[in-house]
Amino acid sequence: MTPRRRQLVTLVIVAVTGAVPWSTAHAGHLPLNDAIDGLASASDDTITESVAKLGALDDPQAIPALDALMDDRLRQGADGHAYLWSPKTHDTLDPLTGKVVSAPRPLKEVEVSNEIRRVAAPVLAQLQLGSPDAAVRLAAAKELSSGGAGEAAALLHRALARERDPKVHEALAVAIARVDLGSPDAEARLAALEVIGKSANDDFLSTLQQMLAPGDNGAPREPDPRVRAAATRARDAIVSHQRFVSLVGDLLHGLSLASVLLFAALGLAVTFGLLGVINMAHGEMLMLGAYATYTVQTAMHGSRFYLLVAIPAAFLATALVGVLLERTVIRHLYKRPLETLLATWGISLGIIQTVRLVFGAQNVSVANPDWLAGGVELAHGLVLPWARVAVVAFVVVVSAAVWFILQRTRFGLEVRAVTQNRAMAACLGIPTKRVDALVFGLGSGIAGLGGVALSQLGNVGPELGQSYIIDSFMVVVLGGVGRLAGAVAAALGLGVVNKLIEPAAGAVLGKIVVLVFIILFIQRRPQGLFALKGRVEV
Amino acid sequence: MRHTNLVGLLLAGASVAACSQPPAAPAPGAAPAAAAPAAAPADDKGPIKVGILHSLSGTMAISETSLKDVALMTIEEINEAGGVLGRKLEPVVVDPASNWPLFAEKARDLIQNQKVAVTFGCWTSVSRKSVLPVYEELNGLLFYPVQYEGEESSWNVFYTGAAPNQQAIPAVEYLMGKKGGGAKRWVLLGTDYVYPRTTNKILRYFLHSKGVADEDIMEKYTPFGHSDYQTIVADIKKFSTGKRTAVVSTINGDSNVPFYKELGNQGIKATDIPVVAFSVGEEELRGIDTKPLVGQLAAWNYFESIDNPTNKAFIDKWMAYVKKNNLPGGDKRVTNDPMEATYIGIHMWAQAVEQAHSTNVDAVRQAVGYQHFAGPDGFDITMDAENHHLHKPVYIGEVKADGQFHVVWKTDGPIKAQAWSPYIPDDKGKIANWLYPWACGNCTAAKFGGGTVTASK
Repeated sequence: MTPRRRQLVTLVIVAVTGAVPWSTAHAGHLPLNDAIDGLASASDDTITESVAKLGALDDPQAIPALDALMDDRLRQGADGHAYLWSPKTHDTLDPLTGKVVSAPRPLKEVEVSNEIRRVAAPVLAQLQLGSPDAAVRLAAAKELSSGGAGEAAALLHRALARERDPKVHEALAVAIARVDLGSPDAEARLAALEVIGKSANDDFLSTLQQMLAPGDNGAPREPDPRVRAAATRARDAIVSHQRFVSLVGDLLHGLSLASVLLFAALGLAVTFGLLGVINMAHGEMLMLGAYATYTVQTAMHGSRFYLLVAIPAAFLATALVGVLLERTVIRHLYKRPLETLLATWGISLGIIQTVRLVFGAQNVSVANPDWLAGGVELAHGLVLPWARVAVVAFVVVVSAAVWFILQRTRFGLEVRAVTQNRAMAACLGIPTKRVDALVFGLGSGIAGLGGVALSQLGNVGPELGQSYIIDSFMVVVLGGVGRLAGAVAAALGLGVVNKLIEPAAGAVLGKIVVLVFIILFIQRRPQGLFALKGRVEV
Repeated sequence: MRHTNLVGLLLAGASVAACSQPPAAPAPGAAPAAAAPAAAPADDKGPIKVGILHSLSGTMAISETSLKDVALMTIEEINEAGGVLGRKLEPVVVDPASNWPLFAEKARDLIQNQKVAVTFGCWTSVSRKSVLPVYEELNGLLFYPVQYEGEESSWNVFYTGAAPNQQAIPAVEYLMGKKGGGAKRWVLLGTDYVYPRTTNKILRYFLHSKGVADEDIMEKYTPFGHSDYQTIVADIKKFSTGKRTAVVSTINGDSNVPFYKELGNQGIKATDIPVVAFSVGEEELRGIDTKPLVGQLAAWNYFESIDNPTNKAFIDKWMAYVKKNNLPGGDKRVTNDPMEATYIGIHMWAQAVEQAHSTNVDAVRQAVGYQHFAGPDGFDITMDAENHHLHKPVYIGEVKADGQFHVVWKTDGPIKAQAWSPYIPDDKGKIANWLYPWACGNCTAAKFGGGTVTASK
């Protein structure tokens, strides 16, 4: 602990044990204003002192200012007072009332370092413990339980007494347990271990191991045998929970990787699977979809709902490019697969270079909208990011839609007829050329949707497609050319296997193992997982 | 380097009079009189050709394109001020397309066919290792502008980027210290190639010397272009329980985007687990939503946010150049450390040519060694004649919400580069000193003086 933090903690303790009544602190506006203005100081020491003062004042009115300090939104006006800066509207706000005020310019940005953030975070959390919003209280309790101002036990006890929300209650109990673990009273330590064992919070693992390890004189560090037994139980509970969490985590990560693989491959499963076109420009369709997302985001000035517009826009844009490609180049090459491969590869290079000329060689920034940022904490230590959850859900919807189109609509019937026997289908009056163009457009459009999804997880740059093309061919070939269900099964299998291998073998070796596995599998079963029965050769 | 040693010994034995002559180009079978000028332009009146060897396509285009742009800007600036020796500089831009063997071919083409006087180029260490034999064979001159892993010093290369002791070591020391959070456990995470592996090797020895045990170091590598960091981020979280942990990232290229996105989405904040990166600068952050990254660190020798008149002039010049040439990105373009290093390198070379009154590689090399230049990093930057590296200041910055860096720590002044790391046992006593009597980039005893002079540290 830094001396500064110790000083702060002492101040907090004084504030709590000295029981400054809520109302008097509230009435004293002057020190609050001074302390908030102190946050906007150019000197790190003044900021740290002001944070400590705010902690001692314990007034929730300081929350917006502290929050702004943490997020680089605090400014100092020419009059030396602190103002909140709104990056969206470019307004200056009063730190206490939140009303728009005109601050005397020039404004000076308050630059804070992690050192200050580490001091300010527990103070902010302490103030937020009184928030009416349970989610805010939970985050605050978690911040305090992760070893922030752990010594402020009285404050925590007071918060615990008035807490009604079970989740916040638990987090506060853990925070108190952390304090009690160092208590000289064996009973308090026992009770703390009980809470810790129940929470299975792995932050305590090394503390427990230290308690159980022999000290310098050979005797155990923990003198009381009952506490030792409880510590062993708590440690075992944490270890088994950790094991469970990492297994579930690996499976979920695998599922998420599978959704990415499936998105990369789904469009190809349509164009390669149904038309038999080895489309090396497939990756570029993904890339165009991602750039469509970027364009929509820019056009809508980063509105939080830009994704909803981007989905149809990306589909239409890439489907159009796909139909154009099919009409101008690919339809002349249906009987010559090798030339198709070369031609589409050339097209892919052309598209990459065009995008590079239009948007620049740099990656562009596609931000997660706020409703996709962050994640849901399934268990302690296992966070599932919303963006990944959304991609899994989206791929399920798109796969279902593709299945529906191919199996339940007249267009799908025509497509299947053309795939199975082109000559016969043409004789029966199906416009095979139009079907070809539309299928290619559909496949490209789906790839465009994949691009929307990928833009939420990774890079958006001209080379985006190149990094997925191998994966997508892998999935389609492994699943069995022409089978949608095969692509789904292959993506799922590859994703989960990859993620189960990765923790043990590392990312590099994991990828190699998966490739070797595919080679062996294809040798045993060249037709892939799901063979198409009675399919006529193209 | 074996050739260099051999030829050097031959030289030493053959003529004592040539003792001030450093070893000539290590062409196999070359006579000791090989000190003849190489690659000098035929006529002395026309423009001086200058090679620019940066990938404009492929994976590295993201980083190298702006180095090409800033090189052209600097050449334009020098030409507008009257050129060098009264002659204009003529840039010859080639595109090695992020293809490492192609770098060597293009380099050979630049020296032999285009007859360039000097080359500014390369980014990844793989590409530098690929062109190195070409420059040594043809006695060319290369200015390399990117921070790298060290463990190298060539007679034909000037390194204007940082060696590990000018970037990696100070950054780790900072995170160990009170201000940086006092990290006790370390994750060394990198892309799987020579730079991260060598840097992490040095860092592991360094951490050992600071009393960090192997069980508190986790070393992980991912392939180039890796995009799925779920497992790795989860592992980092698990590893960080109990002791304060810091991540040292040598992830290169665009894999950084998914890595930082995953960190943000899994709720890892810089105050809990700080990540210090050696290959992420302003340019790389342009492609990332920086809000979740606020407080994460980078160590460089220059930041765009450094406030001094030289830097302001440099940024203004760059923005004006971007606007005039309508470069993609427009007013969102930024400056960064390798761009600054390119800028300094070209100016130092031009100053050296003026001083040597010649573009002859051997003459220019002698002069480059003592150049100094007012760098945008706020210091008078000098080139070390001994080891061909710049003396550079070190800055550690934290990412701000606007994608710029807030400097939280800096050295008092420029520090000298260590080409060979003192922390690696195998490097003990190795010296990079191209002056008499050592004349050597990789040996433990002086080349001249009958072996009686030994390296003193």
